[in-house]
Amino acid sequence: MERVMGGQKEWLYRLGRAWVAFFLLGEIVVFSIIGTGFFSARNFQNILVAATTILLLAAGETFVIITGGIDLSVGFVMGLACVVSAKIMVMLQAASVSQGLSILLGCASALLFGLLPGLVNGALVAKLRVPPFIATFGMYGVAYGLSEILCNNVPISGLPPLVGFIGNGYLLYYLPGKALTFFSPPQGIGRADIRAMIPLFPNVFVFSIIAVAIFGFILARTQFGQHIYAIGGNIDAARRAGIPVEKHLIRVYMISSFFAAMGGVMYTLRFVTGRADAGAARMLDSVVAVVIGGASLYGGTGSMVGSIIGTLIIAMLETGMVNLGLPTYNKYVYVGIILVLAVLVDQFFPEFVRKGE
Amino acid sequence: MEGERRPLLEVRNIVKRFGGLVAVNRVSMEVYPGEVVGLLGDNGAGKSTLIKVISGVYRPDEGQIFFEGREVRITSPMDAIRLGIETIYQDLALAENLNVYSNIFLGREKLKKLFNLIPVLDHEYMMQESKKVLDRLGIEIPSLRNKIKTLSGGQRQSVAISRSIYWNAKLLIMDEPTAALGVTEQRKVLNLVKTLSAQGVAIIIISHQLYDVFQVAHRLVVLRRGEKVGERLTHETNPDEIVSLIVGAELVEGGQRG
Repeated sequence: MERVMGGQKEWLYRLGRAWVAFFLLGEIVVFSIIGTGFFSARNFQNILVAATTILLLAAGETFVIITGGIDLSVGFVMGLACVVSAKIMVMLQAASVSQGLSILLGCASALLFGLLPGLVNGALVAKLRVPPFIATFGMYGVAYGLSEILCNNVPISGLPPLVGFIGNGYLLYYLPGKALTFFSPPQGIGRADIRAMIPLFPNVFVFSIIAVAIFGFILARTQFGQHIYAIGGNIDAARRAGIPVEKHLIRVYMISSFFAAMGGVMYTLRFVTGRADAGAARMLDSVVAVVIGGASLYGGTGSMVGSIIGTLIIAMLETGMVNLGLPTYNKYVYVGIILVLAVLVDQFFPEFVRKGE
Repeated sequence: MEGERRPLLEVRNIVKRFGGLVAVNRVSMEVYPGEVVGLLGDNGAGKSTLIKVISGVYRPDEGQIFFEGREVRITSPMDAIRLGIETIYQDLALAENLNVYSNIFLGREKLKKLFNLIPVLDHEYMMQESKKVLDRLGIEIPSLRNKIKTLSGGQRQSVAISRSIYWNAKLLIMDEPTAALGVTEQRKVLNLVKTLSAQGVAIIIISHQLYDVFQVAHRLVVLRRGEKVGERLTHETNPDEIVSLIVGAELVEGGQRG
């Protein structure tokens, strides 16, 4: 008999694909019931801001994990880019370059510089056949050490004030019934109005989601994306089909480190400082977000939409705990357990997670 | 079959040595368009080595290869594929996490322009084209959107074969195509071989299952210890004669085989 999937089991697979969405809904319901003011526009914005770092790191990690690799360096590449961007902004400001230009150049050069760790990781993995775990673990150390050297082990301060205005600003400010403005609150409003004002779409989230959407599109719709899945599914078949596997792998690690650098830049904008440990513990979050989102650590599966849902699940957990007055480090216990559980499910019920279209 | 026609593939006096061992010793053979040739021999007779020379995995130490009348040098599997010689491997070289049509178009995806600007995958085209080639070969697969991992061994093999046919393979090399398949699936694969042959595709088939080979092959080439010891038209021979060629005995006691 041919192994065609049985009709009565199909609902199970559908559920398997959708369980994360249900889990996310469940989280919203539970925290809304037991928390205070959890279900509010303001709090959901906070969740989005909290999600930004994980979202960016997870977006890059999605590419790497689909190829069957892993990038352990993202947390400290993020720190490195954070320090580099802050340092350049401070230097340019000292050279009396305008605030706007300092910020622009600081961000741009940190993003560009952020491609470098990825290039090295990718070359090690693709050309020299170093296992991804080892190559990126080495980079984890190198990036951390370098960023501490760059900032002399002291967080960089004295950035242009405009940095915080951008990093903590919103795309829209809505004063119900009175005004709707872009980028900055309406001018000349009273104290009561400020309380009533609803800021919408945090800037850092907007920047991030645009980048994530572009790369999500690349992954899902383009030939490059298709090749990434093929490499993760059967690297020999990909080679035999004439796919430039080495080049693609290098690109994938560069994408991952670009997103990490973007995470660092967003951190600089939000906290107006350059810290080597900006993303220290975030690597775990990002890997777990990708795995919750349906990716297999054995490669070949995963999607950007899945990773976004995975990110929201973790961000919501984090914000929900703060809301309940629990320290955020509680979260890591759950996140760690979820990771191992997801891998166990993957290993023992592969058809459950990796089935279907 | 042969008649006045030109052979599609002709190998002349191929020699392949590994150190002191002569794995293939001055073997010559031809394959005509649409012909199914069974390559037979005991383990170590040199079948696989000869096949690997033809498919570009090994380079011969001596001898010549002609394809479509021209002498060719096949220095890599890619060279062979470019000429139209495809080997269907047992591990099949499919990406199990991708669906049927994506595998048929793997590495040669059809693109279209989104908003006249961004090149994206043209799923509809790849699906329709894949459907055409599967229909032409009489292959049934429930849905071309199914991932390869949901397919049976025989179906996977059919997909691998369809892929090479779609990309204009003229000569297929099949190494033990019916091994590890159930009876129904074996029959389907053999039917597919007949269909391919009827459509002008030449096939070299290696199998230990004499019964299978006799069903589909037009001509049989027998190797022993690296040398060609016999060549017979299938309808002019019988399994007993072939077995005696394979084992090298003038006479073998009759009995069960195939």
